[in-house]
Amino acid sequence: MQRRKFVKKGALITLSTLLATEIVYGKNLPSGYTLLGLQDPDPFKLFNKDSQMVLLNDKPWNIEAQAHLLDDKITPNKYMFIRNNGIIPTNILVDDWTLTFDGESVAEKKTYTLKELKSKFKQYTYQLTLECGGNGRSEFDPPAKGNQWTVGAVSCAEWTGVRLRDVLNDIGIGDDAVYIGYHAADTHLSGDPNKEPISRGVPMSKAFQDETLLAFKMNGEDIPLAHGFPLRLIVGGWPASASGKWLKGISVRNKVHDGTKMTGTAYRVPCEPVAPGDKVADEDMCIIESMPVKSLITYPKSGAVVPEGKSLEIRGHAWAGELNVTKVEYSIDFGSTWKSCSLKNSVNRLAWQHFAASVRFPKKGYYEVWSRATDSMEVSQPMVLPGWNPKGYLNNACHRIAIKVS
Amino acid sequence: MESPEKFRKSASEVFKLMYVVFFVFLVIAGLLVYLMVDPSLSAFKNNNSDNTYISISKQEESDFDKIENGIHVRTGFIEAEGLMQVVNNCTSCHSAKLVTQNRMSKEQWSATIRWMQETQNLWDLGQNEEAILSYLATNYAPKKGGRRQNLSDVEWYDLEE
Repeated sequence: MQRRKFVKKGALITLSTLLATEIVYGKNLPSGYTLLGLQDPDPFKLFNKDSQMVLLNDKPWNIEAQAHLLDDKITPNKYMFIRNNGIIPTNILVDDWTLTFDGESVAEKKTYTLKELKSKFKQYTYQLTLECGGNGRSEFDPPAKGNQWTVGAVSCAEWTGVRLRDVLNDIGIGDDAVYIGYHAADTHLSGDPNKEPISRGVPMSKAFQDETLLAFKMNGEDIPLAHGFPLRLIVGGWPASASGKWLKGISVRNKVHDGTKMTGTAYRVPCEPVAPGDKVADEDMCIIESMPVKSLITYPKSGAVVPEGKSLEIRGHAWAGELNVTKVEYSIDFGSTWKSCSLKNSVNRLAWQHFAASVRFPKKGYYEVWSRATDSMEVSQPMVLPGWNPKGYLNNACHRIAIKVS
Repeated sequence: MESPEKFRKSASEVFKLMYVVFFVFLVIAGLLVYLMVDPSLSAFKNNNSDNTYISISKQEESDFDKIENGIHVRTGFIEAEGLMQVVNNCTSCHSAKLVTQNRMSKEQWSATIRWMQETQNLWDLGQNEEAILSYLATNYAPKKGGRRQNLSDVEWYDLEE
């Protein structure tokens, strides 16, 4: 009996030794995998994006959605476009993350930890539309330089954070404040540590709006890395480039912020309309502020073949920068006649609105369903491309999907 | 007389049990190690794609600058005169995709290079510049798009509701 016990014990020891080896391996191997994964990344896995998202650029990362992927009322991360200008920061230490306010119109430089921001100020949650200034660039003629976005560089997620206004009031800023400019932790493509990939901003009036947030949550969770974890400035309704990711600093300026991508042709359009292809002098370029009125048919996906005699339910979203959308119409005859869609009010200011319609087709054949939104200033989307500009911004031409009735 | 017999019997039983237990552990350990190396069990799912993967990666190793159907596989650039100058000078900071998705005239490509030199730390391209410019202007020249193009690349499908 003694011996039996001994043997059993020995077997157990052998087992535990074996298992111990197993556990050590188990701990080591997955970390090795992460490293390999980072060396040769599959962006869709790396950023948790749906495989139908379209990769435009992998250095820096630029990925867009397709219209039908944006059907959700609140855009989930997997369908949210990525527009990066530099290299995503690594080694983000959330507990040590700080935000520093400086600039000509701040009496004394002040730094908050992320924890302080979260505990000291009231938190707000808004659904906010963020559209890349260059969304739709691919259609311009002559072509404009840059990532060739089609329609998918837009999202409306739910952002949670504290109001920039509350923090600016806590610091106390000078009467001469004109503009804020952000600084971030991403690094320049060239590797030059003295260069900022992007440092944009907005005038004080926009900085002081209720919905302008220092956000640390997207759709109720930590902001995904590619979208600015752990802290992002969120400025709804303006070019999404104003919503600085990986936020480390805000300069309160006594003049229009002159950081990277605030000057030249970047996020600026001719102050007065120009002919396609014209050269425009720097001093004749104006900074883009509110984005223009626009709509997107998110259902059905373009290319639907529907049986004759059946009506087609369409739906989508419409938004108008700082303004409300008052009307969305659709046309099935290339803009000759328009019928109205049902339209919901926005959940909060600067969130996109949802429209729907039941479409009937008179006979078999090829159709395009076009959608056209009108904003509260009575301005509608154009059916052809709007005014050409050197960098191809602000293309809000009406959205079109192809339908066959058979 | 009986007890040594009994002891031998039970001892051999214990040994048998030990062998069985040890064998089972070895099998489990083997399976676990395999799972770590191939967590998706891909080797069992699709042997063909596995083989393809291996052969592609081997080929890539031996042919870093392979051209296929007139395209430089590694970057996606069109094969033409000046290709390697472009690959070597234009892809160390940004992706080749930033070039291949754009269409510009020689003058505009040149302005883009100047802009990168002035603001993005691009080096002096020296004698390569002319080759690079002529490659870009020839292979990535603007196409007429007009004020609105036809809807293209429509994938037709039956809509079921």
